[in-house]
Amino acid sequence: MKKRIAEVLRRRFYGDESPLDTDMVASLGEQPQSLTRSSNEALEALEGVREVRVQRAQEQEHEMYRQIHKWSYSSGVKIIQRLYRMLAVITCCGIIMFLLWTVNTLPPFGDPGNPDNNEVAARYVEQGPEETGAVNMVTGMILDYRAFDTFGETTVLFAAACSALFLLKLNDHKDGKPTQSWLEAEYADRFHEPKNDQILQFAARLLVPIILLFGFYVVVNGHITPGGGFSGGAIMGAGLILYLNAFGFKKTERFFTYRTFQWVTFSALITYAGLKSYSFYTGANHLESGVSTGTLGNILSAGFILPLNICVGLVVMCTMYVFYTLIRKGGV
Amino acid sequence: MGDFLSLLWTHLDVTVAILLFGIGFTTLLLYHNLIKKIIGLNIMDTATFLFLTSQGFITGRSAPVLTEGVETAAGYVNPIPSGLVLTGIVVSVSVTAVMLALTIRLYRRYHTLDIDSMTLMMKGEDE
Repeated sequence: MKKRIAEVLRRRFYGDESPLDTDMVASLGEQPQSLTRSSNEALEALEGVREVRVQRAQEQEHEMYRQIHKWSYSSGVKIIQRLYRMLAVITCCGIIMFLLWTVNTLPPFGDPGNPDNNEVAARYVEQGPEETGAVNMVTGMILDYRAFDTFGETTVLFAAACSALFLLKLNDHKDGKPTQSWLEAEYADRFHEPKNDQILQFAARLLVPIILLFGFYVVVNGHITPGGGFSGGAIMGAGLILYLNAFGFKKTERFFTYRTFQWVTFSALITYAGLKSYSFYTGANHLESGVSTGTLGNILSAGFILPLNICVGLVVMCTMYVFYTLIRKGGV
Repeated sequence: MGDFLSLLWTHLDVTVAILLFGIGFTTLLLYHNLIKKIIGLNIMDTATFLFLTSQGFITGRSAPVLTEGVETAAGYVNPIPSGLVLTGIVVSVSVTAVMLALTIRLYRRYHTLDIDSMTLMMKGEDE
């Protein structure tokens, strides 16, 4: 294929007969004649002529390849890019039109008789508060009826943090000494990030306690008000990130290191798995935990939902913070 | 055509979700910058979440949190799509984090975010 393209381009620039080939053929044809001469000078002169010819042929060849490269880099790439862009836009417009056409078959918006408002949803709404003890039916659903699904979600977050650690964590110590890459990363972090920013530090001093407290509130009230482990954990992680931005790694290392991340996520996941393991003995029934659901609306109610929410919140908080530190510096 | 437009207007949530999905997909295809591709994928995620949550809504009903005065099940919207979207958001965050980590590694090695020049450099390494 490549040879064919080169052949076509050569024909385009130099016509049917390439000067390269005729020259070669001509020099080959002259050879027997030149051999009839005997004097050294004549031979040398002939050599000189041939060298010049070979040089010219080489120059022509270079020129030809240069032209081909120029063409493929300027016009060829442009044409292919334009074609790709056109095809991409046409494909996307086609997909949008096709999807819009399916709107015909969709049920009306907000109608109680829609097929997804079936008996499962009705059951969750009718018996959820009674069976799980959670005022917030979504929390009751995801942490009691479908607790293993949420365990899977938390594990997905943990696995993502693990792969980010594999990809981005720098070796910080080797033989008791900090490595070169770690020192470079620390220097780059000190150089590029704001240091002792008064406005940021004042705002952080005011805001960080409030943000952390609000996140904790959202986590422990997950079964009463809208919220729960995921949203509360994200809020607490944001508070930690703000603290790190204002005061730097020196201050956060006092309470959050790599070991903290390891132990908090590990123990939270193990606690979650252990608390939910009763359903192996109750015949895959999540609802008969043996813990009373308490009175509706109390903080200490709804069985295992409160500890599960706290576990999820801790995992989410640590994961968010670790994502940020890994992307910023390459270590916790 | 007028019928079709009025149909789209009554299904405004789905229409917006589809348009967002298309915008995200176009971003994914058109841009050669890896970060922009990740942004496009996130826009597509958002479109899916919008579609799912809007399917659970029922007009005139309140959020699925037990409130006094609303005793019957007919007073609350469908809680299942909300739970599913929660799963989706968590997975989307995880996938975004892993993609960003991979992008940083690629940038450290090739010093570019352009996928075409990156592929050219990879081919050069193979030969």
